[in-house]
Amino acid sequence: MPPRPARRLVLLLAVLLGFPASLLAAEVVVYSARNEQLIKPLFDAYTKETGVAVRFATDKEGPLLARLQAEGENTQADMLITVDAGNLWQAAETGVLRPVDSPVLRANIPASLRDPGDRWFGLSVRARALVYSPERVKPQELVSYEDLASPKWKGRLCLRTSKKVYNQSLVAMLIARHGEPKTEEIVKGWVANLATEPQASDNQVMEAIDAGKCDVGVVNTYYYGRLLEEKPGLKVRLAWPDKAGAGVHVNVSGAGITRHAKQPAEAQKLLEWLSSPKAQGLFAGLNLEFPANPAVPADAKVAAWGPYKADPANVADAGRLQKQAVMLMDRAGYR
Amino acid sequence: MRRGTAIARTGTRRPPLAGRILRSAALGLGATVAIPLGVLFSVWATPQTEVWAHLAVTVLPTLARNTLALLAGVAAGTAILGCGLAWLTARCEFPGRRWLDVALMLPLALPAYVLAFVVQGALDASGPLQLALRQAFGPAAPSLEVRGTAWVVVILSLAFYPYVYLLARQAFLGLGRGTLEAARLLGLGPWGTFFRVALPAARPAIVAGLSLALMETLADFGAVSVLGYDTFTTAIYKAWFGLFNLAAAAQLASLLLLVVALALLAERRLRGRARFHETARGAPPPRLALAGALGWLVAGLASTVVAVAFALPVLQLLTWVLATASVELDSRYLDLLWHTLLLGGSAAFVTVSGALIVSLARRQFADLPTRAAVGLSALGYALPGSVLAVGVMMCFAAVDNGLNALWQSAGGQRLGPVLGGSIAALLLAYLVRFLAVAAGPTGSALERLRPSTIEAARSLGTRGGDLARRVYLPLLRPGLLTAALLVLIEVMKEMPATLLLRPFGWDTLAVRVFEFTSEGDWRRAALPAVTLVLAGLPPVAWLARRSALQAHGD
Repeated sequence: MPPRPARRLVLLLAVLLGFPASLLAAEVVVYSARNEQLIKPLFDAYTKETGVAVRFATDKEGPLLARLQAEGENTQADMLITVDAGNLWQAAETGVLRPVDSPVLRANIPASLRDPGDRWFGLSVRARALVYSPERVKPQELVSYEDLASPKWKGRLCLRTSKKVYNQSLVAMLIARHGEPKTEEIVKGWVANLATEPQASDNQVMEAIDAGKCDVGVVNTYYYGRLLEEKPGLKVRLAWPDKAGAGVHVNVSGAGITRHAKQPAEAQKLLEWLSSPKAQGLFAGLNLEFPANPAVPADAKVAAWGPYKADPANVADAGRLQKQAVMLMDRAGYR
Repeated sequence: MRRGTAIARTGTRRPPLAGRILRSAALGLGATVAIPLGVLFSVWATPQTEVWAHLAVTVLPTLARNTLALLAGVAAGTAILGCGLAWLTARCEFPGRRWLDVALMLPLALPAYVLAFVVQGALDASGPLQLALRQAFGPAAPSLEVRGTAWVVVILSLAFYPYVYLLARQAFLGLGRGTLEAARLLGLGPWGTFFRVALPAARPAIVAGLSLALMETLADFGAVSVLGYDTFTTAIYKAWFGLFNLAAAAQLASLLLLVVALALLAERRLRGRARFHETARGAPPPRLALAGALGWLVAGLASTVVAVAFALPVLQLLTWVLATASVELDSRYLDLLWHTLLLGGSAAFVTVSGALIVSLARRQFADLPTRAAVGLSALGYALPGSVLAVGVMMCFAAVDNGLNALWQSAGGQRLGPVLGGSIAALLLAYLVRFLAVAAGPTGSALERLRPSTIEAARSLGTRGGDLARRVYLPLLRPGLLTAALLVLIEVMKEMPATLLLRPFGWDTLAVRVFEFTSEGDWRRAALPAVTLVLAGLPPVAWLARRSALQAHGD
């Protein structure tokens, strides 16, 4: 033991410099790549119900993951919440998450929406659907993502940039379905059909359709819901692809417990609570997403888009194949 | 000892104590910036050949072309706008000059990506302009797309010209009556005076402003993403977030850094032994009156720049605020504002002090270590923000891990993070990033200081703290104020380091903007963005006034 004054000095310094978790009462610390407005209401509800405080820091996935890795066993974070299966897969791959053995989570979250090694669990589902102009496209013309490569869409397709992870995981899923050579042909077909250079956001894709620059595009449904709330007169409709085929490409936002969590038991309780019917309705409803827990009905606005068939493949595949997908899109000239 | 400065320069004797402290402080600052950069360079130990080979055959040629075109375009754009407008407001008289002088600095407070988003939203296919055109002319209406090199250059030039404007303006204001009268006596007209006297005399300031604008351009990710333009920096993020390869991203970033370092070195070489001393004494020289139509034309041009780069975007934000404020505005905004100003103000103080130390050391010592430290200290600004933030974070984490190991081996319990997530660490990160920003105006102000002024003060018996207080500070104040203003505004807008290193609960306005824009929710981001801009206005206006007054020693 070092002499007491030295200890006191260090403690004082520690308080001045930061706020080490070890000095504080039991609470869960979360690093979150899901935005504050989409998680704080949940944490508030949890604290109200259980009395356990939740502290969180938001940032982009990449920096948060780098931070977890750099902090190692001295991290304060008990839980990592992030969007996109690719990021969850990468977090598990780098070893910052621990397996969680929880019958509750296994019961609440379908197997395709969680890590096969139980290191992360999907908490909300984001579906990537087709959007089209009701004036220039008949709904029955819309078949699948693959079909968007066919010459009938020449000069009529709008896509968001390939730099967005949603498109990276969509292409990763196509690789899982068809293998690389066939997928590269599909992506080249998309590029050949583009009406304009790829757009910067899902909203821009829909606005381009609305403005008549193109006829069909691919977006996440919650962007459609949000834009429709903003501009009720939007001349854009949503369609589910792959009704007869392999199903709609879905992605998740999800969470895992860190390897060096200081409060793993508390963190697990929070994670289980987040998968419970009560929290699930809130979680998905905050951003017009779909609940990951199949027992929970979707928000009325979301349900209005009709039922869809989700791709049954495990979302972890998207993470595993993301790198390949990015390189493939570069080769195909999809910017 | 009295002639310590001169002796230190020739290096024949040990410099006095004050000089040695100054030199060590400068070396320390150089190391502070160099360590996180070194962490990034260390990734070359594991070459990412697969990623490099892939990038080289697919996207690198386009990226290099895009990046070079962008740099050339923004250099020309910001130089013309910045120097031209600075000359007009500093040395000419025209209607509305007094308020335009301040208003032209305002675009500083508006992040480039906000400008990009608003301009694109206004002019794109779904914007009001094209909507009206289509209603009038049907589908045959002309359409334009706000993308491609020309548009990116225009938008970034409008966003970044204030760096050049601010520094050039300060230099032009400082031109002495004597210099300008000499130019006239030699037969130079207004144009000749501008090109052959004012521009060369303001070279250190203009170069400092241009290098800030270009480093900002190189590191920009927000605006180019909004405009769908691929640059070297977008490739860095692609390697990191898309290929999950932080090492490859850091390698790309370190190449970027190398290019910037070489460019800065080349400029120093080209400048050679030229010196730029100038003392403005007595009454300020008379302004060139632009009478009649010419005056109004100039006023119109300057107002247009302010309107496009500032007023219109802010108006657009305000219309969004009106739609969302009822949901968004709550008592937390006071906290956000307080955090923003407190961090900005403290960082401005710390960073400008650092810049002053570095600049003074550069003036007094010419040895290799000092020059290297000075050069290194300018590089933090050239990296994309997130990359630098991660480099700094890794250093703090390493220190924390070391401290924890040490403490535990001494029998203590785990300390957890000490530096990580502390205010001290955040300020240090700002220092690393913005030292270059503060060093520009500080250094160019120092270069214009005549050594004879200092010698005279010394010979009158002024030295030590007195010399600093009564001679250096008053003469340098306009430069230091400009530096403080720039750092304050930069820190207020800063996102990546704030996000990654802020203590729990220390959200700022920029963090709030991030929360919304990262999910594409621009309307809700308008309130924090407008608050950010409004918070930046008083310091901009105040400092503009003061620096204009004090350029002539009051």
